[in-house]
Amino acid sequence: MLYREAGQFKTDYAADQAIFPILQDRIFLGLFLLLALVAVPLLANEYWLSTILIPFLVFSLAAIGLNLLTGYCGQLSLGTGGFMACGAFFAFKLATAFPDLHIAVVFLLAGVGTAGVGILFGIPSLRIKGFYLAVATLAAQFFLVWVFNKFPWWVNYSSSGVISAPAREIVPGFFITGTQASPVTKYVFLLVFVAILALVAKNLVRGKMGRSWMAIRDMDIAAEIVGIRPLHAKLSAFAISSFFIGIAGALWAFIYTGSVEALAFQIDRSFQVLFMIIIGGLGSILGSFLGAAFIVLLPIFLNNTMLAVDPSISTAIVSHIEFMIFGALIILFLIVEPHGLARLWQITKEKLRLWPFPY
Amino acid sequence: MTAPRAFLPWLIAVPVAIGSIGLLFQLLGGLVPSFFFAWGYYFEVLIAGLLQGVMYSLVALGFVLIFKASSIFNFAQGSMALFAALTMVGFMEMGVWWPFAFIISAGVMVLVAVVIERVVLRPLVNQDHIILFMATIGIFYILDGLGQMLWGSDVKVLDIGIPRDPMFALGAIFEGGILINQYDFVAALTGGVLVAVLAVFFQYTRTGRALRAVADDHQAALSVGIPLKTIWVIVWSVAGIVALVAGIIWGGKAGVQFSLALIALKALPVLILGGFTSIPGAIIGGLIIGAGEQVAEVFLGHFVGGAIQDWFAYMLALVFLVFRPQGLFGERIIERV
Repeated sequence: MLYREAGQFKTDYAADQAIFPILQDRIFLGLFLLLALVAVPLLANEYWLSTILIPFLVFSLAAIGLNLLTGYCGQLSLGTGGFMACGAFFAFKLATAFPDLHIAVVFLLAGVGTAGVGILFGIPSLRIKGFYLAVATLAAQFFLVWVFNKFPWWVNYSSSGVISAPAREIVPGFFITGTQASPVTKYVFLLVFVAILALVAKNLVRGKMGRSWMAIRDMDIAAEIVGIRPLHAKLSAFAISSFFIGIAGALWAFIYTGSVEALAFQIDRSFQVLFMIIIGGLGSILGSFLGAAFIVLLPIFLNNTMLAVDPSISTAIVSHIEFMIFGALIILFLIVEPHGLARLWQITKEKLRLWPFPY
Repeated sequence: MTAPRAFLPWLIAVPVAIGSIGLLFQLLGGLVPSFFFAWGYYFEVLIAGLLQGVMYSLVALGFVLIFKASSIFNFAQGSMALFAALTMVGFMEMGVWWPFAFIISAGVMVLVAVVIERVVLRPLVNQDHIILFMATIGIFYILDGLGQMLWGSDVKVLDIGIPRDPMFALGAIFEGGILINQYDFVAALTGGVLVAVLAVFFQYTRTGRALRAVADDHQAALSVGIPLKTIWVIVWSVAGIVALVAGIIWGGKAGVQFSLALIALKALPVLILGGFTSIPGAIIGGLIIGAGEQVAEVFLGHFVGGAIQDWFAYMLALVFLVFRPQGLFGERIIERV
């Protein structure tokens, strides 16, 4: 009834190419952002902010990065953890070597550095594809974690091998890293930062670059024949994907956990992000957010439910059952809706346009 | 399945490669003072690496079997090994003699295969490869959780009476002889026997022929009346039993524990080196990775701070892939639009 586009005419090209062509979508998004930006910081407590919303935003960014590479360009990558580690340690070195550099610039530069590493490990993609490539990206995963774990230069020779984010302000008086930072400022900064980057990603995939990625994904030889250069398309996908993932890694270390060691970016992390984009929907920016929300919330939800049902249950059993339910849910999800949550959302919208009439 | 291969080039290439790497190291030993090298020691490391490589091959074999028959990249192979080994230890702790425990565990693995086929593979027929791959990660989580919930998550000792004493060989040629771990030797022998049995099974039995037909072309196999679903159950069962053997051998060496599930990660570079679809490839790839990794760790590792085992195999495979994308024995990649 309410969700109907009748009467909304597009009179220029700008309107035709808008990201959200339907008025109701724009209103909904505006309200949603307003809610996230104003109501959430006012109402949410510290637990919600720091264990659910902040990791959700960080993971969303990582999922967007991986989705650009795997969902849009079709290059399966299992090196996400390694690239996140890159971002985290680059940011740490930059922040400690240049204390005057603004923290947002540090994050962006860490992303640029990770993009360089991504290009390096993307080179094999020019020769190999599919699972061969997936295994090849594992080389990045193991090698990078080993480098950050092995050479104490990366942690400024601290004996514990852990990096702690130095305290930095985003604007004078508002710390977003370090111990003085309050979860609310962290959350607001992350929200704005991630929203801007998501907008950038959305526009990238709508533009020339994104179209060339999708052509490569759908059939690389055909794409090559119609004049898309695989070298440019694949390496740019690796670079930009790594840029996003690197920033996500830096945000993880600086804002979410505050202090981190290289072993936090093991292969589990890669799989976690891969799950997010598969469950959220390959080739969808919205799907990255939905998948991240699902994967972040699911373990917390399972844990709490099990403890609520039987408080005397041992933590080992809980974690084992959690493993099993997690695995079963993933299989169930793949069987029921292989195109992910984004597809469900799309179906809902199509149904809503007709509602309450049958057609 | 396997065309007769030219063995002569291999017979020449392998000793030449081993010899030239040795010579290179000897040269390095002359130039860099901290570099220790002796031929006897080199061969000792090499043999240890090769024996280790056989174990990698065992895990890789399970991958190849499933990938050939159903083009599924089965990430759960490692956790199948863990689950099988846990089951076996569990029954042995109940006082079952180990050959019986082995048979029971093999039965359990067949059951697992049937369930996987029914519940996971059948509804997912015709989906993208990546979806099936994610589904096997789901299986990985379930088997991990289930195995540890049923049998506990402590490190368990699995002892089926393989001798563990080191032994010396070739004392006449090298000073002091070459130290060989007897356990590794027996394990390698077991692996060899298993591979031979599988080869005979694939080559000479009716089921084996059907398996090969399915591996070559699903549609064609289906159209001549080969029951695809039965074949999948058989393949997953065989892969489960291979996982059981791998689990016993690895578990016997290092104790049955969670990290066993991660040996799958060790088998991946073996796979890309040997080719996803080739059984001889899995074996030779395993040997190359095992030997290369060991030699690199011992002779080169300390220059960069050690523990390069984690990634060396991947780097080796990566460099190799750039020159030969289909692996050593993989099928030629032919692309059509």
